[in-house]
Formats: sequence, C-alpha cells, structure tokens
Amino acid sequence: MSSIFTKKNTVIALIVLAFVIPFVLQNQYYLHVLTLACIWSIAVYGLNLLAGFTGYLSLAHAGFFAIGAYSLGLLTVKAELSFWLAFLVAPIITMIIGTFVGIIALRTKEHFFAIYTLCVGYIIYLIIDKWDSLTGGVRGLIGIPSPANIGPISFDTPLSQYYFVLVVTLLCILMVYRIVHSLTGRTFIAIRNSEELALSLGISTAKNKLLSFVLSTFFAGVAGALYGSFIRFIGPEISYTTIMFDFLTYLIVGGIGTLSGPIVGTFLIVLLSQNLQFLQDYRMLIFGPLLTLLIIFSPRGIVGFVLTKYHQHQRKTSAVLKDARAKEG
Amino acid sequence: MILQTKQLTKQFGGLVAVKNVDFNIEKRKVNAIIGPNGAGKSTFFNLITGVHRPSSGQILYKGEDITHLPANKVAELGLARTFQTTNLFEMATVFDNVVVGHRLRTRSNFFDAIFRTKRLKEEEERCKQKALEVLEFTELSHIGHQLVANISQEEKKRVAFALALATEPEIVFLDEPTAGVNPDETESLAYLIKKMVNQGITVCLIEHKMRMIMDLADHIMVLNYGEKIAEGTPSEINKNEEVIRAYLGGSGASA
Repeated sequence: MSSIFTKKNTVIALIVLAFVIPFVLQNQYYLHVLTLACIWSIAVYGLNLLAGFTGYLSLAHAGFFAIGAYSLGLLTVKAELSFWLAFLVAPIITMIIGTFVGIIALRTKEHFFAIYTLCVGYIIYLIIDKWDSLTGGVRGLIGIPSPANIGPISFDTPLSQYYFVLVVTLLCILMVYRIVHSLTGRTFIAIRNSEELALSLGISTAKNKLLSFVLSTFFAGVAGALYGSFIRFIGPEISYTTIMFDFLTYLIVGGIGTLSGPIVGTFLIVLLSQNLQFLQDYRMLIFGPLLTLLIIFSPRGIVGFVLTKYHQHQRKTSAVLKDARAKEG
Repeated sequence: MILQTKQLTKQFGGLVAVKNVDFNIEKRKVNAIIGPNGAGKSTFFNLITGVHRPSSGQILYKGEDITHLPANKVAELGLARTFQTTNLFEMATVFDNVVVGHRLRTRSNFFDAIFRTKRLKEEEERCKQKALEVLEFTELSHIGHQLVANISQEEKKRVAFALALATEPEIVFLDEPTAGVNPDETESLAYLIKKMVNQGITVCLIEHKMRMIMDLADHIMVLNYGEKIAEGTPSEINKNEEVIRAYLGGSGASA
C-alpha cells in the first residue's frame, strides 16, 4: 500500500495536478491567484536557501525582488530590449547588486545581519520611490510587455501565462532541490549548523555564504521579472517591508529549511487569505495568533511538523520490528 | 616532531591568555595539555587551528609556517579538531552529519550541483564512503541512520571524532573529549584515542581527568595563567612541584 505513496509518485501527482487544474477550476480569477502564488514561491525558495539552509536571515529579499522586476521593466520599456533578453539580464543585474550587498552584509551575522539587510531593503525602496527620472517614482512603471512569442507559442492568454510561470517555478524548485541535495547544499547546512565547526572542517565559510546570498538574490530576481511581465505594472511598494514580511511568513508557515516548505506555505496563505477576503484586515487577527502558535510549537513550520512525526513513526516501527525479530530469534 | 610553536603569545586587550609558549607535538603520540580552568588551553588550541591570530610567535607544521593561515586552510593541511561542545546538527542523521567532513577534499561547485555532473556524483560517493569508513572506525555504524538528537552524549563525542577523521587529518586536536561522560564511557573513548594513534594519527588533547591523562598521554604540557610551567612524561609531571602547587595552591609541599 505504502508503495503507491512514494516520494516520487507524490511529486509526479502534484505536477500533473498543477498542469490540469486550470481545466478543473475554469475560473480566471483563481488562475490569476495561482500564477501569483507560483511567482511568490520562487522568491520564497530564494529566501529559504539563505535563511533556511545557510542560517542567514536576509530582510532585503523584497528589495531584490523589486530589482528583478524593475530591471525587466526598465530594460523592456525604456531600453526597448527584446523580452527574452531582458528576462535573462534582469536576474543577472539582481545578482550583481546582490554580490556587492552580500560582500558587505556578510561581515555581520545573526540579528545584526537581519537588521543590516532590513536597512538595505528599505534603501532599495527609497531609491525606487525617489528616483523619479529612472523608475517613475510613485507612479510606477507601466506597459511592461508579456513574454514574446516563441515561434508558434504565444503567452497572451492567462492560461498560457500560468503555464509559463509554472514551468519556470518547477525549474527553480528543481535547481534548489539539486543544490540542497549536493555537496554545496551540505556545505550550506554545515554553515547554518555551526560556522566554527564548518571552518574547522576546512570549509571556506565566507565564499559559501556569499554564494548562498547571491543565489538567493537570483531567485528573487527571477520572481521579480516574472511578476513584472505578469502584472505588467510595477510600483515601489513591491520592495516595501510588507512584501518582505509576507515572504517571511510564507516561509515560516511552510517550514524554514525544508524543501517543500516555501511552496506549501505560499499556496496555503495566498489561497487562505483570498478566501477570507470578506474579513478584510481582520484576517490578521487570525493569522497573527496562528503564526505565533506555529513558531512556538513547530519552529520548522507545517512541513517540519510532518517530517518530525514521520521520523517518530519510523523509529517506532523499526523498534517494533526489532522486538519482533528478537522474539523470533 | 610534527608541529612546533615558538614563543606563541595571544593578548586579548590587557589580558595575556597565552604567553611565550614553546611546545612540540610529537608525531604519532598522544600529546596532552593540562592546566587549571582559565589557563589558556583552549586559546592555545584556537591559535594553532587558526581560529584566533596569534599576537606574536610562530607555528610551524612540518617545518612550514602556518602562523597566519585561516582555520579552513589549516584544516586542509591536515589539522582537524573537535570542540568542547559537539556542535552537531541535531535534526539530521549521524551519517548525514559526517558526510560533509570530507567536503574539503572535494572540488565540485554549485554548477556541478545544478547539472549533476559526473564529478559531483563521484565526489558525493567518495564523501559517503569516507563517512561509512569513519563511522566504522568509531564504532557507530549501527546508529548511522539515527538522528543526532536521539543518541547519547558519548555517541555524540564519537560522531565529533568521526567528523574530524573524515577530513583525513594527520593531527587531531581534541578539546576535552570526555567532558560530560561517565567513567566507563571515558575509558571507551580513551580506547578510541589509542586506536587513532595506532592508525598513525597524531593526537593532541586538552583534558581535566587526571587519571585518564596519566594513562593515555605520552607527552604532557602544563599551562597556568597562559604560561608553560612544566612539560614531560606523565611520571615527570606527577612529581613536578610547580604543577602540584598550581593545582592545589599553597606552598607546594609534596602531597
């Protein structure tokens, strides 16, 4: 029985579900929400790589998300670059800025790092908001093109855009999966666990922390570029602290430092808050206490909770098996 | 003699934690550093392994000056260490904790990770083989799949040893390897330390348990207030009056 529910089969089932769900729902609004949730989850995966797997909580992530979005916007609207070229360059610009920020920010650690990056995020917001001639200031940037046609494939319907975003999301998750399950990922986890120990094991912590930081800005940049091309209008508020803490909430609810945490948390909260929209801002009265309880009782979020239960279950069954064997013997 | 410190000194502001210490670590022997609390033993370790920069003095490893190398470079040269607290990742299995120990002998980067190159697969396999090997050596194979959170203190100490051994070291520095374990377990850890020396590894350790040190060590240095007050074989140290004074205080009439 358990053989049907293997990890691989579950993942395949979920991917199939993601591909057929537009035909089941037949609802343009939900399609819009799902597309957005995919985009957010990419950014949250980036945050998870740094905060969850390397142990450095960056609060500049929304800033890098905005840099990705504005890079795409400015390159297509003002520099009139072709969409696909801009879509490639936007994450690279984000990474370059990320490298410079990272080199300085990573001189600090723990809460100093969080505070420093919070300031960097706010400075990014201020620059976008005040640099009228470049970014359009509070008016924002209008008329960002959707993805250009690739041969016969066009991206002008919500359905095609959903599939485009979905494919990029799956590629990003695959990337993160491979990083986490490689020696590079093990290195990140060793740093999160104890930098002192990692150094004594011959790991260059400075180099690996920077790598993790830049990779996290890459995912923020990709998510931002997707957001720009999907919404087609961007304003400075996408770099604001509220977006940052939305990312963080998605990550914590889903499970910080777990592979499926970002997607679980993002989809759960985005869909929940859409369905509770009639409550308006009173939603926060529900989310606030729930979040607090979750942090107290399951610091690794929903996915962490399930994993812990699963481990306990495995230990029990293996103990029972051992007992049984001992009795037979 | 594999490692040598010359006039090694470390000052933290006005405090001299280690003062002009000359020490030779002998190859394939158990070298011990003892001394009262706050004598500068751990600082001395931190200086050798590159965690702290010495204020003055020199560290020579096989004749090569390693005084100013950062900790990760020192580890690459073959100096491994364990900490007083084991620092392991509690939520991962013993095996997964140990795999990363061999990372410094691999070269694959994140491009290898994303494209899952042949190099990455080979090196991953090598790290896993190494982990199995050191778990076997430290007699932990049977609990390799358990979470570190669920194993005993003595087993955690062994995991820390295993991690250090996975770096393929020539010298292992053990900072209070038997702190917080009971006498029986202390003995089994001492046996493991002897086993490491028999494998050709040089051991240097800090310890408080005198009986264990006197049985185990070939060569002992005694630190007090950052200064070396004695050095020699266990029987020499046993008779040294200054050592007795440092430990017991008072006038130092033979105990």
